[in-house]
Formats: sequence, C-alpha cells, structure tokens
Amino acid sequence: MSAGTIVREPEALSVEINGFACRVWRKGEGPKLGFLAGFGGLPRWIPLLDALARERTLVVPSLPGFPGGDRGHTVLDSHLDWVLAVRQLLQRAGLDGADLAGSSVGGSFAAEVAAIWPNAVRRLALVAPWGLFDEKEPMTDPWAQRAPEVPALLCADPERWNELKTEPEGANAPEWPIEQVRANEAAARAFWPLGNTRIEKRLPLIQAPTLLIRGAEDRIMPRSYADRFASAIAGRTEVRTIPGAGHLAELDKPDEVAAAILAWTR
Amino acid sequence: MKLMWFHLMPYTELPDDFRDQHPSVWVDIHSSLFDPRRAHLMYNDFMDELEYAAECGFDAVCVNEHHSNGYGLMPSPNLIASALARRTSDVGLCVMGNSLALYNPPTRVAEEFAMIDVISGGRLIAGFPVGTPMDTCFAYGQNPSTLRERYYEAHDLVLRAWTEPDTFAWNGRFNQQRYVNIWPRPVQKPHPPIWIPGGGSVETWRWCAEMDHVYAYLSYFGYLAGQATMDGFWKEMDRLGKDRNPYRAGFLQFVGVAESRDEAYRLYREPAEYFYGRCLHVDPRFANAPGYTSEATQRAGVVGQVAQVARMRRFDTLAREMDAIVEKGYVIIGSPDEVAERLKQVATDLNVGHLMLLMQFGNMSKDLAKYNTQLFAGKVMPQLTDMFSEWEDRWWPQPMARDARATLTPFQPPAMAAGVSP
Repeated sequence: MSAGTIVREPEALSVEINGFACRVWRKGEGPKLGFLAGFGGLPRWIPLLDALARERTLVVPSLPGFPGGDRGHTVLDSHLDWVLAVRQLLQRAGLDGADLAGSSVGGSFAAEVAAIWPNAVRRLALVAPWGLFDEKEPMTDPWAQRAPEVPALLCADPERWNELKTEPEGANAPEWPIEQVRANEAAARAFWPLGNTRIEKRLPLIQAPTLLIRGAEDRIMPRSYADRFASAIAGRTEVRTIPGAGHLAELDKPDEVAAAILAWTR
Repeated sequence: MKLMWFHLMPYTELPDDFRDQHPSVWVDIHSSLFDPRRAHLMYNDFMDELEYAAECGFDAVCVNEHHSNGYGLMPSPNLIASALARRTSDVGLCVMGNSLALYNPPTRVAEEFAMIDVISGGRLIAGFPVGTPMDTCFAYGQNPSTLRERYYEAHDLVLRAWTEPDTFAWNGRFNQQRYVNIWPRPVQKPHPPIWIPGGGSVETWRWCAEMDHVYAYLSYFGYLAGQATMDGFWKEMDRLGKDRNPYRAGFLQFVGVAESRDEAYRLYREPAEYFYGRCLHVDPRFANAPGYTSEATQRAGVVGQVAQVARMRRFDTLAREMDAIVEKGYVIIGSPDEVAERLKQVATDLNVGHLMLLMQFGNMSKDLAKYNTQLFAGKVMPQLTDMFSEWEDRWWPQPMARDARATLTPFQPPAMAAGVSP
C-alpha cells in the first residue's frame, strides 16, 4: 500500500486461537491502537472505529464467541483460559505493547492483560469495564431482561443498539440471530452470574496510565464502579463522563468517546 | 401400558390477583406469598395424595425438582421419594428427577438415588433433567454456557459411580475427584432405569437412543401439541434403526375424570385455570438464558417449554380459560369412558407406553385429587392397562422379590402407640 492511499474499507484478517478463527479488522495509519468490543460484540462496523482510524492504525480483534470469533468460547472453561486467549489474540493481531481500548466485556479483558503482562499494553482506555460486583450497588443483570427492554438498557438511545444488531438484508437467516445469542452466551461464559471476575485483586498490578470512560446515562453499571477501577489501578488514572451516553458509550457518542481515547493515547 | 401418577406440588394459595401484582412465579417470587404453616398442610396433603395413588394401583408415583418458585415445592424430590419409599410397598418411585449439573459433586445424586433404591428395595426410576433456565441458571446461578456439558459429564460420572466396582479417580473437565466409591450401591443392576425429561431437541433424542434411556416429553400443552414432538422422536428412532417400542417414551398429560363431561368441566375448571394462569406465570426475563438452548436446537427452530410459555404469553396464545384449555388438549376431561377413549388414542397416536398423569394440578383440593385418582383407577385404568402388552418394558424398575424385602412397620400415630383406649 503506498503512502497517501485513502483506505475506506477495513481489512479483515483472521487469526487462530485454540483452533477457532478470530476476525481482526484493521484500518488507518499511524501507531497501533487496539479495540476490544463490548457486550454484544461487533456484528458490523461502527462509527467509533472510523473515528479512531482517522489518527491511528486501528486493530479490532474479535473475542472468542463474539461476532467474528466463531465458537471459540466453547473451549474456555476458566478465567485463566479466557485471559490467555485474549493475550494470544492481542499478540497475533500485532497489538503486543500497543495502546489498548476496550468496552464493557472487552474493557475488562484489556485490564486483565495490562495487569498480568505489564509490557503488553502502553496506555489503556476502558469504557465501563466489567469485572466488579458491589452488593450495595449491584450491576444490572444484562441477561435476565425482556428482549424489548434491552436496547434502552445498553444505550442511551435505543436506536444505536438496534442499528448494531438489526439483521442486514441478505444476511444468512438463522445464523445472524444465532450469532447474537452466541455473543450474549460468550459474555455469560466469562461473567455469569454477577459480572464479578474478582478483577479487583489484579487492578493494583496495572501500571499503564488508564482512562476510565463512562456514559452519564449508563443503566448497567453504577458510577462507583469506574471510581473503584480508578482508585485501585496503580498507574495514573482519570475518569471521564460522557454526557448523553449509556453503557455502551461508544455506540451513543462515537466521536466523543473516540476523541477521549485518542487524546489519552496520543 | 404403564400409568404413572405425577405430582408437581404447586403452592395452592397464590392470590387471585397474582398475575397482575407479581411479575413471576419463579426466581424472584416474593417470600411474603409463602406461608410455611399453610405449606405444612399442602405438603402433607400432597404426600397423602401420592400414597393414595399408590394404594389405588398406579404403576408409579412421580416427583420432580424445582427451585425458588410457587409452581412446584420440591427443591429436593429425594426427600419426598424417601418418605414414599417407607409408606408404599410396590409402586415404582419415579424421581423425575435430579438436575445433575446442580450437584457438587454430582456423586451426591448417585448416592441419594442409591439410598432411595436401597430403602425401597429397587423401585427407583432415576430421572435426569437438565432443569429449567429458571432453576439452573437463575435460581442456582449455574453458567448457561457450560450447563449442558456439565450435565453430560455428571451423567457419565453418576453412571460410572453406580457400576464401577472399584474406587476410581474421576478426571473430568468440570469435576475432579480422586476417590469415587459410593456407598450404598443401588439394588437394581446394572443401575436403576434412567429417564430423560426433555424438550424437542434432536440431540436429546439421539443421546437417549445411544444411551438406551427413556425419553419423556413433559409438556404442559397436552397431546395435540405433543404430537409433532413425538412424531419427530419416532422418526429419529427409525433413522437410528431403533424399534418402535412404546416404552422408549414417556408423555405427561393433565387429566380430570368425573361422572360426566359437564361435571368434569365444573370440577376441574378452577384448578386448571389456576395452573395455566398462575403456575406458568414466568417472567420472560427468566424464560431463557444465553447458551441454555444449543445452537443446533436454535437452528431447528425448537423452542423449550418455558420459552414456549413466554412466547405464548407475548403473543397471547397461551390458553388460560377452561374452554381453550380443554379445546387445545392441555387437559383431558370427561367421563371415565371418554377419558379412557381419549387416552387410548393419545397413547396410540404418540406411541407412548409410559403415561405420566397429572391428576392434581393448580389449587385442586385433596378431596378432588383423590376423587379424580380413585375414579381413574377404578374405571379408566382397567381399559388401558393391556395396551402395548406385546412389548417388553426394559426401562421399568426391577425390585427385589417381595419376600426378600423388609416388612414395613405400620404407621402408628403417638396417641395410638401410647395405647389410648376407651
């Protein structure tokens, strides 16, 4: 590829983790930045990714079991299995030592990797990362929900979630909905029933400067969770609240979230 | 033909406005609705009814496991079965069953079932359900993504614990035990018959065929809705080269008998409407959990029992009023001859040799349950027992010879034991 070429479409690569293919999207130029998607995964490209790719070589690996991640979750039986799979995924996607961002589920795994392999991550940006549970302020159960109520739980504007999840024309009809259920299952496999992976024990190992991003209208995760991440992490931290954004802030406010991530990792 | 008497043990005093005031009969049903003093009477009524069914000559009595709910009050059906083992002598004890993945270690099930089998002299039918999403994933916090794998592994472990003569190490994916050596061991050899209550998934049918277990379709929706499932089951048995022995299958059916159809309608209306209105009032939030339904089953478009209820609620197609309940075949009502005729047809059409009959349902009183049971035993049962006599039931308990079994001490309430006499 010659310098100056405008890349409109992301490259779609594939790496193998435990015998399952994981899709890796890549777009843009400049220093590498990784992004691990949140609850529900990325069944399609989203505006946040374009915004990030304007300044960076953006690399987006799919977590096992999430859209693009085949059925890789089915061989992950323990949290150690999960963390090792994510670590290998980042290495094979060429993200070792790069800046890393992640949302909810992906944010939690990004934090794990930064804690256990300090050299694996340069700077960290986490959007409403999972992994904690506070009895006094319980995280909303993301699975025990009536289907029509899910979009407004995950996004401040339910339409953003619907845009992500609506079956595109010409999609392989029963596979699309099965893939969306699989994404919820994969999240469940790692985080059922409370979302509590006891990550709190590992947060003090994180040396990387870490930005905590939270949507002001997050209906899944209480504000205090971001504060607990921030205070437990050893490296420098900052909590940024995005007005008008819900739990998956990157869907509600892609430009604002991208700007925060880009500024933090510049 | 085997006629089995199944008790769900519902909480019978959910308020009239339950559906409007409470989101769910399962998982987060409020404790204020449970009165232990009333439940004391319910349990004892229910156990009287089960014992009565045994006295009336039913081939087996059946109990099952549910958690955190007003639909069925048996978190541990084994407690009920062990009490029944002491108060009955010949009836089969069908525990339908223990949700294997909920026991840690699963050898607990091997042990408790062996105890029931030994106490009863070999009368146990061992049921192994996966369990509903409400029971397993929500009330018990089991991970829906590993539930089935855990279930299959636990099944293999229990089977080996029953049959392996020597102490062995279990090095499973989810369970590791250095010394497996259960005491007691079951009376029945190689092990009690195993029955699998399942939905309509092809994988379960294949697995039952491979393991030579009974497949039991426990439908709330009666024979009309059950036809497609049982057709699928038999088609799969054909494909696998298995015979059409009707004893490979069990089927659950609600039944209400009276002197006439009008009388049956009048008598069973309230308990039926109570069951379909209140006992199945499951919040759709808890009707499914991601991963609970396998992808193959999703692809086949098969919907589980509870998810089916949720879907019916959403589209308002679940019958909750007696006319529709009867019309859709959820509950078979009528005079003894009418019921016998209908059940013959059901058994023939579905090719099912084990009919599991729900004769107490909803808030049915003990008197009515006993009336239903007695009338059925006296006038319906004789018309059905000879069905399928050309087939061997290889899945029925093989108890010890009667003269080798313990003589049960007659129950003596304290007043009688103290020798109070006029």
